[in-house]
Amino acid sequence: MALDDRKSEFTFVGTRPNRPDGLDKVTGRAKFGADMSAPGMLHGAILRSPHAHARIVKIDTSKAEAHKDVKAVVTRADFADVPFKPGLEGEFWNVLENVMAGEKALYDGHAVAAVAATSALAARDALKLIEVEYEVLPHVTDVDKAMASDAPVIREGAADYSVPEGMHPNVVRYHESGHGDVEAGFAEADLVIEDSFVTEATHQGYIEPHACLGMLGNDGKGELWCTTQGHWIAQKTCAALLGIETSQLRVTASEIGGGFGGKTTVFIEPVALALSRKANRPVKLVMTRSEVFRATGPTSSASMDIKIGMKKDGTISAAQGVFRLQGGAFPGAPGDMTAMCAFAPYNLTNVKQVGYDVMANRPKQAAYRAPGAPMGAFAVESVIDELCKKLDLDPVDVRLKNAAYEGTKASYGPRYERIGLVETLEAAKAHPHYSAPLKPGQGRGISCGFWFNHGGETSVSLSLSEDGSAQLMVGTPDIGGSRASMALMAAEVLGIPYENIRVTIADTATLGYNDVSHGSRVTYASGLATIKAANHAVEKLCERAAASWGIPTDAVKWENGCAVPSGPNAGDFDPRPLADITAHMGSTGGPISGHFEATPEGAGVSFGTHIVDAEVDPETGKTAITRYTVVQDAGKAIHPTYVEGQYQGGAAQGIGWALNEEYIYGEDGRLQNSIFLDYRIPVASDLPMIDTVIVEVPNPGHPFGVRGVGETGIVPPLAAIANAVSHAAGVRMRQLPMSPPRILAALKDNG
Amino acid sequence: MDYHSPASFAEASALAANATGITRFLAGGTDVLVQLRSELVTPDTLIDIKKIEGVSDITKNADGSWTIGVAATGAEMSEHPELGGDWPGVVEAMDLIGSTQVQGRATLTGNLCNGSPAADSVPAMAAAGVTVTVTGPEGTREVAVEEIPTGPGKTSLSKGELVSAVHIPARGEDGGDAYLRFIPRTEMDIAVVGVGVNLRLDGDTVTEARVSLGAVAPTVLLVEDCAKAIIGSTLDDAALDALAAAASAACNPIDDKRGTIAFRTEVAGVLAKRAAKIAYARAKGEQA
Ligand SMILES: Cc1cc2nc3c(=O)[nH]c(=O)nc-3n(C[C@H](O)[C@H](O)[C@H](O)COP(=O)(O)OP(=O)(O)OC[C@H]3O[C@@H](n4cnc5c(N)ncnc54)[C@H](O)[C@@H]3O)c2cc1C
Repeated sequence: MALDDRKSEFTFVGTRPNRPDGLDKVTGRAKFGADMSAPGMLHGAILRSPHAHARIVKIDTSKAEAHKDVKAVVTRADFADVPFKPGLEGEFWNVLENVMAGEKALYDGHAVAAVAATSALAARDALKLIEVEYEVLPHVTDVDKAMASDAPVIREGAADYSVPEGMHPNVVRYHESGHGDVEAGFAEADLVIEDSFVTEATHQGYIEPHACLGMLGNDGKGELWCTTQGHWIAQKTCAALLGIETSQLRVTASEIGGGFGGKTTVFIEPVALALSRKANRPVKLVMTRSEVFRATGPTSSASMDIKIGMKKDGTISAAQGVFRLQGGAFPGAPGDMTAMCAFAPYNLTNVKQVGYDVMANRPKQAAYRAPGAPMGAFAVESVIDELCKKLDLDPVDVRLKNAAYEGTKASYGPRYERIGLVETLEAAKAHPHYSAPLKPGQGRGISCGFWFNHGGETSVSLSLSEDGSAQLMVGTPDIGGSRASMALMAAEVLGIPYENIRVTIADTATLGYNDVSHGSRVTYASGLATIKAANHAVEKLCERAAASWGIPTDAVKWENGCAVPSGPNAGDFDPRPLADITAHMGSTGGPISGHFEATPEGAGVSFGTHIVDAEVDPETGKTAITRYTVVQDAGKAIHPTYVEGQYQGGAAQGIGWALNEEYIYGEDGRLQNSIFLDYRIPVASDLPMIDTVIVEVPNPGHPFGVRGVGETGIVPPLAAIANAVSHAAGVRMRQLPMSPPRILAALKDNG
Repeated sequence: MDYHSPASFAEASALAANATGITRFLAGGTDVLVQLRSELVTPDTLIDIKKIEGVSDITKNADGSWTIGVAATGAEMSEHPELGGDWPGVVEAMDLIGSTQVQGRATLTGNLCNGSPAADSVPAMAAAGVTVTVTGPEGTREVAVEEIPTGPGKTSLSKGELVSAVHIPARGEDGGDAYLRFIPRTEMDIAVVGVGVNLRLDGDTVTEARVSLGAVAPTVLLVEDCAKAIIGSTLDDAALDALAAAASAACNPIDDKRGTIAFRTEVAGVLAKRAAKIAYARAKGEQA
């Protein structure tokens, strides 16, 4: 799309005002998912399978239904009745099957029935009255075992056309890409390293559990309040699963207490609506933490084989990777994304990557910041580090030597536009951290990381008030301070103060369709739409001024919040400030608004480079991260503090993933650690201050140069930390998390 | 569920003796209420002991020994002006439990009677030679701390019995204690291994020692071989290695989500050495 409104000098953009939702959040006024109530509301609870894999022979709900406080009980049968949209298929069917089990329970925690009762306690007690007869089936939770010929079949016929013949039915999608001739490339190398790596599934760990309040009448009209990263997708999915018309369900997004990709789909929302339809009362559902771990969408676990050839001067002559991703009992593990991202930072002549999407008896994976990319980077960047070590080359110099730049043919196909990888590497090399001395027992690691970023369907509407203030409605839930960034961009165009703009996350009934807040798309796409919508309003403001001056509209321009004649020939008129025009808008043509709807395509890929120092206790295998620096290209940082927050958050979550977080399954296929005590996300005292460097190589696809920053920051940490730990421990760590028992065992094996 | 708040231990004991189903005493509630809410244990009878006179008192007796009330919290112990000077190991072990919020509620007695093999204050108490008074239908008895837990979630207390006071011996001259635990993070975690060491010196030589291990067996262990390894030594490297070997040899751990057998066994020795060095320095009056 034409970007005639490109800007590089800014008044508001690049400043750091407080976020508009900040006061509400620190005072408790903000309303999160569980904070909404309605008259006559019931409380829902969900019965979950204790088995990893079992045929549901019979469900007897009669005792629960007879309970005096119970007003509704639902099972899968209450979803199957969909006269409006019979025969759900594709992803809707998968989501339905995940939201409420059909013939089989497919993982520990899979929902099998739900009740609505007059109190939360009664609902919980009523679950115990539901009798489920299971026929327990053999299960598999490990990705490599799930691909083996003797693995239990999760579901026949789930594979698509891409899967080569002869593979186990649990392999459901296959991806292969690359260019050049890797065998020839390996032959040219002075050193070839081949190695294998494993990562465990982790959870996004958002502090707010899933929560919603649903109301659905027998007339097919409903309302839903929920914590989500995207209420239009919730609307569309719930409508499909319940067989109602999309537009008859109005969905409002609450404030969100973290999502990181995990709230881009639905889990409890259709259940609350189904219960509500049956009870004819509003139903509130709030997950416990244990339910969040067992039955929402953690990331995939992975098993990977990497082979890279390097010349003595550091040139990578060939690179090849096989990435197997386990995504739970449904298709969707991002094996293709892992494969496409793994070598994306490098300008390679010969590269080949293969990705597998594998099903196992675990919860359906969901997105988690740059889904699939961190694992691949861990494997690839570990091998590059080992090559640098063996060839005695500086790891930053080697990456600079091979770095992709504008015009490079990416490992996944297209040619890059203007990108900022080289700039991040140069900034990392120049950073005092990179040359700071290390203490004995410490090691330093670096890694690059890549993420595509995304545009997506976007609608924004802006309306001006008589007093000259502005209301901006966006449809992308604010998961990282985006309301502040939107207000800054609108202020920049309108020329009115940041504080005079109120940004609202509009509900599904008051704005056109919006994709989910994912793919690092919000500041890019909703930002672009905000700029366009504000420009649209400015056009009308100029029209009103032109009319009042009796000159043509194109003889008026907008400058510093005022309509002014565009040049000396246009006439001599005093500037008309925005508030002066809006004060009279009722009598000069009516309300002034601007809006914009499109699917912006120029998201602009993003790269980062991380530097990490780690210290390993050789007697216990315990790791401390002693210093951390994130360098990442933001294109243009609209609100630098919130950009830094994204960088720091990516590093913090990466530290957890690298060191201690993991889904631990017992022999019985049950999740062993479904509470925060045993699922070890980092606590504040585990983290060093995380330094940030914002590199700004403007994205040609955005008027102000924005690239999304939300996801790239979690791509390098696993590898950078593994490299640091491997240097500190003197032994290569190939499995995540690098928990103390694993490190101590590796140290022992190493003598 | 029946809730009682008796005014005396005798009354509490009688209530417990006559109760049917699952009975729990409510001290800080940081185990009881968490287990209740997560549906692990739903008691039929809940007996709150916090209304009993004097249960929050921390008293230094005339002979230098200490009596700690069964509802005295971790925060109250840490804030006490003298207790930590006498028994830094016991106080630091209690202080490791949970967060600031949990510290405002959690008690030594609750930690002991919850019966977790990983309870932090228990190895420190066993090393310090702590005893408890048990009140029951038959009257009272004194029991060593290490005699209370009998297995994960189990204690030697019989129906109607409860702990009514905790006694820490007089510190005496030239003594020091220390507690260390291993957790993968820096706080808010459960011990994978815990070691309490308490010793007394004559000059540079260790004359008395008690070494206790947590989280490496179904119950807390008081390991005599560990004590023997360092008694008579100046805590030289040979003695420390013997201590580590004895600690590792005493371990009878399990593989679970929190740690492996090999890891726990190895790290028990490492922590025993480290804790002994701290206790030794404290006995010599050094800051540690
Ligand atoms: C967030 C969090 C973090 C934690 N971290 C740790 C940790 O790091 N280390 C650790 O060891 N523990 C930890 N705990 C567990 C808990 O806080 C401790 O075990 C605490 O000391 C229990 O004391 P309480 O007074 O709260 O016990 P309560 O919950 O009141 O009682 C615990 C048990 O003791 C019994 N009991 C209580 N009083 C008596 C009595 N007088 N006589 C007989 N039986 C009695 C009760 O019946 C119950 O079975 C943590 C808990 C939480 C919630």
